Amino acid sequence: MDINDLRSIVTVVGLLCFLGIVGWAYGKGSKKGFDEAANLPFAEHDDQGEASKPSHPR
Amino acid sequence: MSGTKTTYNDKVVRQFAVMTVIWGIVGMLVGVIIAAQLVWPELNIGFLHFGRLRPLHTNAVIFAFGGCALFATSYWCVQRTGHTRLWGGPLIPFTFWGWQLVILLAAISLPLGITQGKEYAELEWPIDILITLVWVSYAIVFFGTIGKRTVSHIYVANWFFGAMIIAVALLHLGNSAALPVSFLKSYSAYAGVQDAMIQWWYGHNAVGFFLTAGFLGMMYYFVPKQAGRPVYSYRLSVVHFWALIFTYMWAGPHHLHYTALPDWTQSVGMIFSLILLAPSWGGMINGIMTLSGAWHKLRDDPILKFLITSLSFYGMSTFEGPMMSIKTVNALSHYTDWTVGHVHSGALGWVAMVSIGSMYYLLPKLFGKTEMYSTKLMTTHFWIATIGTVLYIASTWISGVMQGLMWRAVNADGTLAYSFVESVKGSYPFWAIRWLGGVLFLSGMLIMAYNMFKTMAGGSTKDTPVIVPVGHHA
Repeated sequence: MDINDLRSIVTVVGLLCFLGIVGWAYGKGSKKGFDEAANLPFAEHDDQGEASKPSHPR
Repeated sequence: MSGTKTTYNDKVVRQFAVMTVIWGIVGMLVGVIIAAQLVWPELNIGFLHFGRLRPLHTNAVIFAFGGCALFATSYWCVQRTGHTRLWGGPLIPFTFWGWQLVILLAAISLPLGITQGKEYAELEWPIDILITLVWVSYAIVFFGTIGKRTVSHIYVANWFFGAMIIAVALLHLGNSAALPVSFLKSYSAYAGVQDAMIQWWYGHNAVGFFLTAGFLGMMYYFVPKQAGRPVYSYRLSVVHFWALIFTYMWAGPHHLHYTALPDWTQSVGMIFSLILLAPSWGGMINGIMTLSGAWHKLRDDPILKFLITSLSFYGMSTFEGPMMSIKTVNALSHYTDWTVGHVHSGALGWVAMVSIGSMYYLLPKLFGKTEMYSTKLMTTHFWIATIGTVLYIASTWISGVMQGLMWRAVNADGTLAYSFVESVKGSYPFWAIRWLGGVLFLSGMLIMAYNMFKTMAGGSTKDTPVIVPVGHHA
């Protein structure tokens, strides 16, 4: 096995890794955490009294 | 710090925010001067000619204006979304004063012709070492603050800022590797085509990470904040982030089409540049759609006008970029004003406008006011900046395509139809329009400075307390 096989493997692993991230991001399990994270900018003093912002439908 | 109420460190944000506007004016003024030098060559006086001032312009707008905007917004965002005070003690003021010293040294050394001759990496090795020290301190402060956040999540904007910090460190260390021969002179550690490839790996990723990822961090915080609603799709923002990270690093070779670079490397660069269209537009759509259901806010909020227009220009220039990376298109566009127009579509339309919008958001808050001194002047600034940008990019498109067509035109016997100087002559009127566009954009910055100083007058610089949101403890 020469260095170019290794390079090809790294490229393929990189692609699979990215597809894994896409699968995780659009999976059911991550929705709640993402909603919490998306509301982080709104938990400040100037937002006091406002309820958590409604999430976009998707 | 138990017992005492912690406050946010807004001092450093305030310093960087004010200097963003000041350096913006300086950098754009130099840009207007060199644009004038192309139209009126007699303005090239002594050593202050186009060749010396052009790198001063690029360094000032990218690293002084853009850099200060990135420091200000990332320091604000990491504290506000991590709900904790900036960490790092003396390293924090060092990042400010160290960065200002780098800018000052650039402003002295570049007009004197002290340069490494690498585009966007001109500064000589002693300044490169200072940049490294400041940048490593920046990384320690930023990631240290992320480490002591009081909430479990790391907000997506901080991912973009963090990636920018890491990538720029890597690029700077890689490309600036040089052998010093004296205090003010060094030679690149690389030679020949490898040197060119390293340079454009750096050059393109300076665009991709310094001028894109960092400013996308800005977008992901300030657009939702100003629109008053969370980002359109957090899922898309995660995919957007990783797609950019996986692809940007490979696009550099499109700067070296039809050179000594191996053909396959050029093709790889072109393909990755085309792929980049997807994450770029994903990010743009995510930003613009954040406003969905609140479009009416765009009518009378100049901050949102700046932010949303910046995203439109981001979309335009990230469509144009992949197109220009196609070899056959590049054969026409390369070395012409089209490239300059493309860069300014991104630099004025995207980077400057998203920074200006973010600064208008930050400045009143940093000086204890509820809003800027004059909303009307902000709106005036927006329209002047937009007209200036459109004049700039339209005139350079026309002159660029004209130059490309003239340079490749051949007579029936195979000789060139035009001499180079004929294309210069044909470009004059467009260079005058380009200069006018620059003057307009600079005028907008002067209006901003007036508005800023009026907002600062009598302002309070008391730090605001950190509020830990309930149910968010790490």
